Amino acid sequence: MSARRGLRFVPALTLLALVGPVAAGLIGTLLPAFGYLPAAGLTDWGLAAFAELGAWPGLPASVRLSLTTGLIATALSLAIVTLALAGWQGTPAFRWIERSLSPLLSVPHAAAAFGIAFLIAPSGWVVRLFSPWATGWERPPDLLILQDPAGISLIVGLVAKEVPFLLLMSLAALGQTEASRSLLAARTLGYGRVAGWLVTVFPQVYRQIRLPVFVVLVFSMSVVDVAIILGPNTPNTLSVQIVRWMGDPDLALRLRAAAAAMLQLALVFGGLLAWRIGEWAFARIARRILVRGRRGCMLDRTRGLSAGAILLIAVALFAGIAGLALWSFAGFWSYPNALPDMLILRSWMRHGPELLGPLGSTALIAGLAAGIALVLTIGCLEAEHRHGVRMRRAGAFLLYLPLLIPQTAFLPGLQTLMLSAGLQSGLWPVVLAHVVFVLPYVFLSLADPFRAWDTRLDIAARSMGTSADGVLWRVRLPMLLAPLLTALAVGLAVSVGQYLPTLLVGGGRVQTLTTEAVALASGGDRRAIGIYGLAQTLAALLPFAAAVLVPRLVWRNRRGMRHDG
Amino acid sequence: MKFIAFAAATLTATTAFAQTDPADWDAVVAAADGQTVYWNAWGGSTTTNDFIAWVGERVAEDYGVTLEHVKLSDTADAVSRVLAERSAGQDSDGAIDMIWINGANFAAMKDAELLFGPFAEQLPNWSIVDVEGKSVQTDFTVPTEGLESPWAMAQVVFIHDTADLPEPLADMEAIAEWAAANPGRFTFPQPPDFLGSTFLKQALLDLTDDATPLYAPVEEADYEAVTAPLWSFLEELTPNLWRQGRAYPQTGPRQLQLIADNEVDLAISFSPGEASTAIANFELPDTARTFVLENGTIGNASFVAIPYNSSSTEGAMIVANFLLSAEAQARALDPEVLGYGTVLDVAALPEAERALFDNIDLGIATLTPEELGTALAEPHPSWMTRIEADWIERYGVAE
Repeated sequence: MSARRGLRFVPALTLLALVGPVAAGLIGTLLPAFGYLPAAGLTDWGLAAFAELGAWPGLPASVRLSLTTGLIATALSLAIVTLALAGWQGTPAFRWIERSLSPLLSVPHAAAAFGIAFLIAPSGWVVRLFSPWATGWERPPDLLILQDPAGISLIVGLVAKEVPFLLLMSLAALGQTEASRSLLAARTLGYGRVAGWLVTVFPQVYRQIRLPVFVVLVFSMSVVDVAIILGPNTPNTLSVQIVRWMGDPDLALRLRAAAAAMLQLALVFGGLLAWRIGEWAFARIARRILVRGRRGCMLDRTRGLSAGAILLIAVALFAGIAGLALWSFAGFWSYPNALPDMLILRSWMRHGPELLGPLGSTALIAGLAAGIALVLTIGCLEAEHRHGVRMRRAGAFLLYLPLLIPQTAFLPGLQTLMLSAGLQSGLWPVVLAHVVFVLPYVFLSLADPFRAWDTRLDIAARSMGTSADGVLWRVRLPMLLAPLLTALAVGLAVSVGQYLPTLLVGGGRVQTLTTEAVALASGGDRRAIGIYGLAQTLAALLPFAAAVLVPRLVWRNRRGMRHDG
Repeated sequence: MKFIAFAAATLTATTAFAQTDPADWDAVVAAADGQTVYWNAWGGSTTTNDFIAWVGERVAEDYGVTLEHVKLSDTADAVSRVLAERSAGQDSDGAIDMIWINGANFAAMKDAELLFGPFAEQLPNWSIVDVEGKSVQTDFTVPTEGLESPWAMAQVVFIHDTADLPEPLADMEAIAEWAAANPGRFTFPQPPDFLGSTFLKQALLDLTDDATPLYAPVEEADYEAVTAPLWSFLEELTPNLWRQGRAYPQTGPRQLQLIADNEVDLAISFSPGEASTAIANFELPDTARTFVLENGTIGNASFVAIPYNSSSTEGAMIVANFLLSAEAQARALDPEVLGYGTVLDVAALPEAERALFDNIDLGIATLTPEELGTALAEPHPSWMTRIEADWIERYGVAE
């Protein structure tokens, strides 16, 4: 059958769709970095752009910021998720955590960052609640909390957003491990709960979430929108500075931006290398401790800490959204009032009708991009299963290329590519550009559960005369319903949150909730930001709600199929 | 195959519709009917967005032109887009039909020959523009040569919260003294934000004894000597700024939020009506007022320009012409709507149209034209670039 033979080519097609744009985009960055930008009349090859970059006085601080905020935010997020799982997985309290954190994953980064900014600012909600009656601050204190030069508030914002992501990824992975039995065995041997989980379950889980962790690391090191809102500005992180230079009317600065993009690329690889070395060192130390045979019951004391951290994140994100909601209805609202002077509908009447157009295009683009990505992903994985067309390590690495390369490094080049190919700006180019970013996430979230599926079931079904397609449709996919829906929801949320690809490839003509929200964000009107932030959140929230609820409904009488640990 | 055929058809179609001569207005009106104009304009101000939406309704009614507002966070994005299109060889049917532009972005596009025109002085409504009294034919000293059409006048004012700062401050030295007495209560948008850079230019114009060198390219002047007063002023002011100058608001409207949050009491604005509009929108306390410095403040015009590769140049000219109508100018002036200054010579308008302007209540915090006084001209753009870079080196990357 031709369809079945066609499956062999799906991995190649998928890689082409991913690597082509990235490679072209990188060339589009590489050339200007070495002085070649004919559009601006610059054709002198050389290292001048790098020399200029080196002479920029903000460079050391900017590089340090990107490295420290990225590494610390990733390590902290992983530690919180791991300790929370170790301490609470399988308990009723954990199910509550899971249910409250999963929807928060869908809160777009920019909206979450705004929510948190309003909470922790010196004139923010927390200070307002205690002022002036407890603090004595009649005016907001002149404290550098937001945008602090050390990037602490940026780290806080990143951790708040990455913990739900890693938690959801871990939960999807846990369905493929022998968590309960391993833990039971460890506890029978006298290990404490936390120590037993770390010793037996963590290695199984970490193997499956390693790529999500890398993605978190790369993202944290090169994020733009969160860094603009919460990060320092004197100087910016390197990726924000790249965007600033790219946008400067002085076209010669493109060269410096391209050189900085190359540096950002090197930094990201350096960060990944540092993480790998950390993994190796951690494993060695852990092994040495393990052979001593201590049962580590003292570690159970971290349960309070991890629960506290998760609770704080949940409260912060929920309060942030509540803040957005309240601002969207607020009349005049000044410090130190904890609530607005009055509630008005005017902001919604002004902006509500404008929402509909962007909302429609957001849903359409996200649905198409995530759908295409899911089909390609299943095609790849099934081809691997049936024909052994297994992507080699290099192939797997290329698949994640768009996530391991900062967006600012290759998007302008991608734009030029699409123009040269005669693709007019419009809906479809944007959808295809979104696929480049959506596909890796979908693949990342589906591949491990898909591969970890017990192939003995395949043999059993085939021996009863079911065709390969029959096994896929009637056994494998239904069994993997929860990871499939999770992958789709991740894909939708990723698409909803895309800013640079929508703006650049769409020529600005394709307006989504995110492009509108970021444009408004530059103006700082909290009422409009509140409305667009809420709309953005809802657009990404509904698929996640479905990803959690549908398996529960479909498999309400099959506990083992729900993949909820 | 199908795709190639489609591309070829598109190409032929755009070649067939050659751009209409701006002087033949009837032909422009006829060609514009049914066109869609993508206006790339900064989308950070919700009042501006509402105004543009209204313009869209009006040109659709009168001319059958569909106006789409592409909201930018930075005008330079649009410049980059046109540039990218040209480097990709897309010389027709570009994504952008009109840009809200001025200053360095205009200079860059004009320099790179990325603009359609000249068209501005052929627009029918050009005849009612106040060419003598307002700087609508130069943009930061760069001659516009009809490549961009003015639509709003802006002038620097300072917004102060009279609950904490009751009296206007006379000059930059008074601002520095007040900041020293009230540390942490003043800031300005971080250069290279245009408003932040405008603050630096405004400070230099106010502090210098001789402004003449500022109106010629910076290379022709003794930069160190001319800017020395500015740097000693900032040396004194910066430690007394909000957050001791270790962080800055990133845009102008963000300052309004800081006043509303009672974090600062004084902010710079490029729109005399902004404070009144913001009070009406609950974005500023009703105690906010505005003032100008005794020796005057910088003023400039906002323009619209048409990229060379737009395929809706006629529609864009219709919009540019409508923006110059008394109806649109009076609406923009209304602080309930926008609060932007007009580019028209109101006194020379016919009675009925003049009445549109006379009936506008400028708002509680807006100065009258007499109080605003004569605007100071913008220095040559090279000064802004150099001062910006210098400020960033001194203050923008300090740890």
